Amino acid sequence: MKGNEAFAEAAIRAGADGYFGYPITPQSEVMEYLMAEKPHERTGMVVLQAESEVAAINMVYGGAACGKRVLTSSSSPGISLKQEGISYIAGAELPCVILNVVRGGPGLGTIQPSQSDYFQSTKGGGHGDYRMIVLAPSSVQEMADFARLGFDLAFKYRNPVLVLSDGAIGQMMEKVELDEQRPRFTEEEIIKNTPWATTGKTKDRERNIITSLDLDSAKQELHNHALQAKYKLMQEQETRFEMISCEDADYLIVAYGTSARISQKAVDLLRAEGIRVGLLRPITLFPFPTEIISKLADQVKGILTVEMSAGQMIEDVKLAVGCRVKVEHFGRMGGIIPSPTEVVEAMKTKIIGG
Amino acid sequence: MAEITKEDIRKPENLIYKKTDLLTDKPLSYCPGCGHGTAHRIVMEVLEEMDIQDKTIGIAPVGCSVLAYEFMNIDMQQAAHGRAPALATAVKRLNPDKFVFTYQGDGDLAAIGTAETIHACNRGENIVIIFINNGIYGMTGGQMAPTTLPGMKSSTSPYGRDVHMMGNPLKMTELVAQLPGTIYVTRQAVHTPANVRKTKKAIRKAFENQKLNKGLSFVEIVSNCNSGWKMNPVQANEWMVENMFPFYPLGDIKVND
Amino acid sequence: MTEEIIIAGFGGQGVLSMGKILAYSGVMGNKEVSWMPSYGPEMRGGTANVTVIISDERISSPIINQFDTAIILNQQSMDKFEKSVKPGGLLIYDPNGITHHPQRQDINIYQIEAADEAASMGLTKVFNMVVLGGFLKLKPIIQSEFIRKGLEKSLPKRHHGLIPENEKAIEKGKEIIKSVHQLN
Ligand SMILES: Cc1ncc(C[n+]2csc(CCOP(=O)(O)OP(=O)(O)O)c2C)c(N)n1
Ligand code: SF4
Ligand SMILES: [Mg+2]
Repeated sequence: MKGNEAFAEAAIRAGADGYFGYPITPQSEVMEYLMAEKPHERTGMVVLQAESEVAAINMVYGGAACGKRVLTSSSSPGISLKQEGISYIAGAELPCVILNVVRGGPGLGTIQPSQSDYFQSTKGGGHGDYRMIVLAPSSVQEMADFARLGFDLAFKYRNPVLVLSDGAIGQMMEKVELDEQRPRFTEEEIIKNTPWATTGKTKDRERNIITSLDLDSAKQELHNHALQAKYKLMQEQETRFEMISCEDADYLIVAYGTSARISQKAVDLLRAEGIRVGLLRPITLFPFPTEIISKLADQVKGILTVEMSAGQMIEDVKLAVGCRVKVEHFGRMGGIIPSPTEVVEAMKTKIIGG
Repeated sequence: MAEITKEDIRKPENLIYKKTDLLTDKPLSYCPGCGHGTAHRIVMEVLEEMDIQDKTIGIAPVGCSVLAYEFMNIDMQQAAHGRAPALATAVKRLNPDKFVFTYQGDGDLAAIGTAETIHACNRGENIVIIFINNGIYGMTGGQMAPTTLPGMKSSTSPYGRDVHMMGNPLKMTELVAQLPGTIYVTRQAVHTPANVRKTKKAIRKAFENQKLNKGLSFVEIVSNCNSGWKMNPVQANEWMVENMFPFYPLGDIKVND
Repeated sequence: MTEEIIIAGFGGQGVLSMGKILAYSGVMGNKEVSWMPSYGPEMRGGTANVTVIISDERISSPIINQFDTAIILNQQSMDKFEKSVKPGGLLIYDPNGITHHPQRQDINIYQIEAADEAASMGLTKVFNMVVLGGFLKLKPIIQSEFIRKGLEKSLPKRHHGLIPENEKAIEKGKEIIKSVHQLN
């Protein structure tokens, strides 16, 4: 299965109620797969091709506000269009899953893979002080796993979850094990688990209003404090990462997604030469694994970040490290994927020799 | 009688047809048999005949014709998906003496750009909109477009467009004809020489309207997308005549002279 | 065992599907696999390539720039990938349409006239399977029972009637592949 298809199938199996999207390369397979699978017959899930990404994300707002498991997917230019809607979703505290299969930018850019949407994803691409949980899959298996995990985290925190993938993972095929079908929420479950949802005012409760607006500044500030407390809780509880060959490492690579896969090969190549290198792979980009990187900074002599961008995540790595050891960036842009041997070279020239 | 040599044939007085200089020498990137190429040519021929190359600004969409600026030898801007009429609005308002046109596909113009299209038409911007309706998203690999016919298969309507689930095809051209801002609204095709001539006349009329500050002219060209329809070019044109034309009948829809 | 393969040629030559069948066969044989295609409009008749990795261990990078085997089906791909074969590695190509034959001395080079063979079988569509057969002759990394299962998995049901022909083509490929340059 392709990464995009694995994500789509896993979303059905996670009990999704609705998907709303608009075609864009390299993620059109998500909707194509869903349409071919007829999920309305399999589980009753609704799949709709919207007239634009703007419409799609606002459909997600509407569905999520009813307590439904809803998702959308797109690639960079389309995700940019969704930013207004995402900000509203974060402000109204609605759960949903958004997949970005990143391609190179800026602008129309290229359809080839990239990781240049890191800032947009982790620092809030829309307006206002908000954060999303950002999951970064590095395999087809994780594309599938994070569809379900994404929903679960979204509902746990009443917050949008972004799955930040890229064209390479979306298009590639690997072995994947899929979870069993989970039933969609029943009406009773929605009323019980998401009592805030607009399900129709009954006599026994006050009316439910989903909004991000509060014109009373004092109240709006309180709301913002509550949001910040929630984001802090996410940082404490949801930080995820993988460490590969870090125990005895003299040098460290920090990389996520496709870059992490490439860097893993680079680690093997460097170790074959007797250079002890480890890899730290952030799985959540927000919350960022700051603590572990800070700890590793005491152990290693230098850190190389590998990203398919001009160097965005490196800023978070540097914040974690301070000035204790050298931190350098290596990456390619415009849709070019760095090769493992280029990473080896960069490690040697920028960190070990530099 | 002496044999005719290639050199004789190439004498200027023997010239009966020549590619307009308003098309670049870059090989077209379109699939063989695609209507985009012909549409490009006749728009450029009209500009050449009106001698307005130096006064024309074109807006390219996102879609297969995203690279129109590679082929059209005029100043061009490339817009975000669906936003060409917004760009054109500003270009024309800030440069009222220039000729401004957009060249857009059906996904671009009738899905993501519906709002921009309708409002530019309704405001009666003094521009020309060329609308290539091939009933599909060509560039992204054959997904359903707002114009896809009922029952028609695409990669996101693999069992055929079910209008109960996916909505009805949108006749954008009839729709904008309702708006007071449009002055000339027509639907044409480019699959035969006769149709090419008619379409060229329509495009000429559209630009003449702009010259006279009359308002917005909207020229739809029903075209094939043989790749997206998964047919060869001949089949695609036959299918277009049999299926697209009954739903999207050719001819003028609104002419305010 | 880890085998890193690039298959490269024109869009219509069945490059991606050959890789797919190889990858699915690997899965059936309980191996780890990855299949990483080039994608985009360039696939319309332009060049297409796919990287397939088959391994007994977890695959680190699905994207690599050095290959154990390169299967090359047009000149552009030869220009691009001849240099990417690891020293001591394998290059298989169909000489049909190749004007600059491979020059490397530090790799094993084989020719397979798959286009001609498929045409003489009257089945131009199985061209890619002839090539696959040639590869499997030299690198029998997957048993034929798994290849069959791989074919079943990757071909849509309505084409399952064509499996025997595909298998015949694979056998033909094994017969006709011939050495051009051999490391000793
Ligand atoms: C914001 C955004 N969403 C989606 C896309 C992907 N996209 C590129 S072209 C296209 C559809 C083009 O279809 P159409 O306008 O009918 O033009 P055609 O290719 O058929 O001529 C889409 C959806 C994009 N580039 N930008
Ligand atoms: S995909 Fe369709 S619209 Fe695009 S160039 Fe090919 S035939 Fe024309
Ligand atoms: Mg179209």
